[in-house]
Amino acid sequence: MSYYFTIIGTRDNPLFELDFGTSKVGGDGVARFREEAKYMNQFIVHAALDVVEEVQWTNKEMYLKRIDSFQNNHVHCFLTGGNVKFMLLMNPDPTATTYSAYPTSQPSRPSTARQSTTLLAASPNSQATEEAVRAFMLEVYENWVKCIMNPFYQVNQVVTSPVFRNRVATAAKKYL
Amino acid sequence: MASSKAARMGEEVWKTRTEKINLEVLTLTYGTLVSQLTHDLRDPATNIPDYAAINTELDRMGHSIGLRLIEDFLAKTSSAGPAPCNNFRETAEMIAKVGFKIFLNVTPRVENWDKEGRSFGLVFEEMPVSEFVELPDDGRAQEELWFLNLFCGVVKGALEMVQMQVKAEWVSDVLRGDDTTEMRVTLIRYIEDEMPPDDE
Repeated sequence: MSYYFTIIGTRDNPLFELDFGTSKVGGDGVARFREEAKYMNQFIVHAALDVVEEVQWTNKEMYLKRIDSFQNNHVHCFLTGGNVKFMLLMNPDPTATTYSAYPTSQPSRPSTARQSTTLLAASPNSQATEEAVRAFMLEVYENWVKCIMNPFYQVNQVVTSPVFRNRVATAAKKYL
Repeated sequence: MASSKAARMGEEVWKTRTEKINLEVLTLTYGTLVSQLTHDLRDPATNIPDYAAINTELDRMGHSIGLRLIEDFLAKTSSAGPAPCNNFRETAEMIAKVGFKIFLNVTPRVENWDKEGRSFGLVFEEMPVSEFVELPDDGRAQEELWFLNLFCGVVKGALEMVQMQVKAEWVSDVLRGDDTTEMRVTLIRYIEDEMPPDDE
């Protein structure tokens, strides 16, 4: 099970990206995306931005829950007060996901398939998943506020701070 | 004056005679000041921030603040026991436990005296204006910029008005990845009162 997390600025410009795997149910925290997923993830999240703009007016919460899915990828979104979007894409079995029409992937390994029943992304709308993602998003949000309070940070500037990256990774390890 | 007395005095003045503002207002204002300087003071040829010039500018600003701030300091502390310092050690205690306490609500430790007692270090456990700050990662700011350089100027300016010429400079800063934040203050000379020339 793998995650792709990205922060989108107010002009739909990417500010931050992080790939990671699950640390729950014996996961080692390493993303297992296939090579083509690297850009497909960006593409899927980008496509989901349109949905965010529809959903954001119907929902008073900052955490918009799952807003979009494609193949086996599920996108959750958290919208900050300053219109910065935290997008989290989750895929329960990235090695088995085909992006193109041609099934080029090898069949999913049985071990991952069995494991995936207990994984968060296997049931992207469940209470447990939403709670975990909400907790993760809130922690990232807290660190995000600290990050943009840095006087040397300009609005919509790409975040390069290694401190922030570490904190996001820690939050991912804790909740996802 | 015993250091505990200075600590009590700082505490009392801080509690009763100091107007407080929200910390984040101060932190963001100071941060913006330094950040703006990094925009304004650039090397015209290469367009990269001239950190040496920024340090100098911060020091100069601090100096002008210090020249005025000492008056406020003396006014606030005079009723709590007007006692001129007898020696430089007392001065150090007053700066750390009263000066920084009433204006910034931090109390640096006075450490690392040299043998002659003319130079000491102020070690800051916490520095409110450094909160949230990460220096730009251009590979030079961490080596060249002293983010807190304004405070050296303040110390210098304030002491100048009470007849002490000192050198004040940062020797380490946690923002640069050091373990401590330390300002080194060295007494150069006591300024004697001099008659203006041609004054009868």
